[in-house]
Amino acid sequence: MIVLTVAGLTLREAFRRKVVWALLVLTVVLLALSGWGFSRLIGLDTELGTLTSGEARLVASMLINLIMFGFSLIAAIGTAFLAGPTLAGEVESGQALAVLARPVRRSSVLLGKWLGLLTFGCGYVVLAGLAQLLVVRGVVGYWPPSPAAGLALLGAETIVLLTLALLLSSVISPMASGIVAVGLFGATWVAGVVGGIGGALGNEGVERVGSVSRVLLPTDGLWRGAMNAFQDPGALIQMGPEGGFPFLADAPLTPAYLAWAAVWIAVILGLTALSFQRRDV
Amino acid sequence: MATGTTAVGTAGGALDGLPPSPAVWCSGLRKRYGRRTAVDDVSFSVGRGEVVGLLGPNGAGKTSVIKMLLGLVRPDAGEVLLLGRPSSDPRSRSAVGYLPELFRYQPWLTAAEVLDLHVKLSRVDVPAEERRECLALVGLAERTGDRVGGFSKGMQQRLGLAVALVGRPELVVLDEPTSALDPLGRVDVRDIVLALRARGVAVLLNSHLIGEVERVCDRVVILDRGRVAASGTLSELLGQHEVRLRLGDVDPRVEERLRATGTLTRSGDWFTVALAAEDDGVTVPDLVRDLVGLGVRVHAVEPVRISLEERLLAVLRHEEPAP
Repeated sequence: MIVLTVAGLTLREAFRRKVVWALLVLTVVLLALSGWGFSRLIGLDTELGTLTSGEARLVASMLINLIMFGFSLIAAIGTAFLAGPTLAGEVESGQALAVLARPVRRSSVLLGKWLGLLTFGCGYVVLAGLAQLLVVRGVVGYWPPSPAAGLALLGAETIVLLTLALLLSSVISPMASGIVAVGLFGATWVAGVVGGIGGALGNEGVERVGSVSRVLLPTDGLWRGAMNAFQDPGALIQMGPEGGFPFLADAPLTPAYLAWAAVWIAVILGLTALSFQRRDV
Repeated sequence: MATGTTAVGTAGGALDGLPPSPAVWCSGLRKRYGRRTAVDDVSFSVGRGEVVGLLGPNGAGKTSVIKMLLGLVRPDAGEVLLLGRPSSDPRSRSAVGYLPELFRYQPWLTAAEVLDLHVKLSRVDVPAEERRECLALVGLAERTGDRVGGFSKGMQQRLGLAVALVGRPELVVLDEPTSALDPLGRVDVRDIVLALRARGVAVLLNSHLIGEVERVCDRVVILDRGRVAASGTLSELLGQHEVRLRLGDVDPRVEERLRATGTLTRSGDWFTVALAAEDDGVTVPDLVRDLVGLGVRVHAVEPVRISLEERLLAVLRHEEPAP
C-alpha cells in the first residue's frame, strides 16, 4: 500500500515537473528526424552505387541499434538524474522528514521510489523504442527478429542503471550520484567496445576488459542482448562475427547472464535499503 | 496499558489504577556526530494530554532529540517509547503528527494533495471535509488548490501544521512551529496547542519563544549542551521567589547573613537573594530583623517573581543548581 502510494507520487513528480513532456517533445523530434534519415537511405548514392532496398534494410538494422542506443541513453540519464534527487535530495531539502515520520518502513518508501522510477524509465524506453521500430518499418520495411525481447532488455538496462543511481544517491550527494551513475554507464559501454576490439584483434587480455565490466555493471551486457534482438541476422554475416563493430552483437544473452543481472539488481537494491535504513535524516 | 473497564471487579484489578503509557518516554538517549556529542544521556517523558516545552540554546540538541524520538535519527544508545510502542516499530508513529524545523513539502503538489498524501501514509480514514477543516484551521482555506511551490515560508509552515494535525494524532511534535510566522500566526499556533491540550492530545513543543512556552506548557525540559539541565512543571521551576533589597553600610558579616538565606547576587546597593520554593512566611522578616540588628540601613525590600526566561538563563549560565 505504502509502496504503491510512493510509486504513484514518484510518477506524479515526473509528470508535474514536466520531465515527461520534455522527453515527449525530444522523442518526437528524434523520431521525425530518424524517419527522414531512413527514407533517404533508399536510393542513396554511394561509391559502390545506389543502395537497393535490401541493402537499405541491412543498413537500417544497424542504424536502428544506433538510435536505440540513443533512447537507452536518454532513459538512463533521465532516470539517473531523477533517481539522484529522489533520496539524497529529499533528505537534504527536508522533504523526507515529514514523510519518514509517518508510520512507514523506509524499505517501503525506497521500494515505492524504485517502482515509480522503473515504471517511468521502462515505460519511456518501451514506448519510444516501439515507435522507432514502427517508423523504420513504415519507411524502410525492416522489422527486427525479436522486438519484444529487445525492448524488454532495453528496459532491464534502464532498471540496472536507476538501481545503481538510487544506491549512489543514498550515500553521496544528489548531483554527484547522477553524474557517477551516468559516468559508470558510459565507462562500461566503452569497456565493452574495447573488449570487442580486443576480440577482433584476437587479444584475450583486452577482450576480458569487456567481459569483466559486463559482470560488474550489467548495462552493457543487456544492451548487447537488446542489439542482438534488433539487428538483422544477415548483418552479422556481412560484417563477420569478429568485426568488433560497436552496434552489432555477436550472440544473444545466455539465461545465466540474465539471472546474474536479476541478482545484481536485487543485491544493489538490498544494499540501498540497508544504507537508507541506517541513514540519519 | 490501562485496561480500565475490563479489569473492574476482578480480584486483581491491579491494572485498573495504572495510567495509560505516556505519549513519549525516552531514557538514556545519546548521539554523537563525529567527535561532537550532540545528545548525552537525555531522559524525559510526556504524559497523555500533557504539553511539554523543550527549551535550550542553539545547538543544545533539541532537534536531535526530537528526531531520535521519531526514528529519523538513530540514537547511539537509549530507548524510546511512543504511545507505548518502541520507536523501532513504525506503528509507534501511527498517531503522531510532526512539524519539522525544516518544513518542506512536495512543491509540485497542491496543499490539499499534500494532506491527502499524509492521510494515506498515516493509514487513517479522514474524510475530505475534515481535511478541508484542517487547512482552514491553519488559515489555508483559500489556498487548498494552489501548488506548494508558490507558497511563502509562513504558508508552508502553516501547511506543515495542518500536516501534523490531519491524521487525528494523539501526540503532536512541533519543532519551532512559529519560526516563519507573523504575530497573528503565533497566536494561532498558541490557540491550536491549547485546543489540542483541551482534547487530550499530548504536545511536545520546541520553541525559542519562551513567552509562548510559558503560556501553553504544563512542563518544561531545559536542554543544554546535549544534557537535561533542568526539568519540571512550571510551578516547580518558577515557584522559586526572590527578594531584592537595597541596603547601606554592608560589611562581610551582612553578606554572610544574606548568603545563609539563599543564593546572592549583588549590583551596587541592590542585593538579590533567591528563596526556597515554599514560602514559610518567616524567612524574609527574620532576615530583615537580623540585617537591622547588624546595623544595616534597609532602604527597600521587594519581592520578585522569576520569569521562565530568567530561570532559563540562570540554568544555562549555571548560576543555580538544577532542581
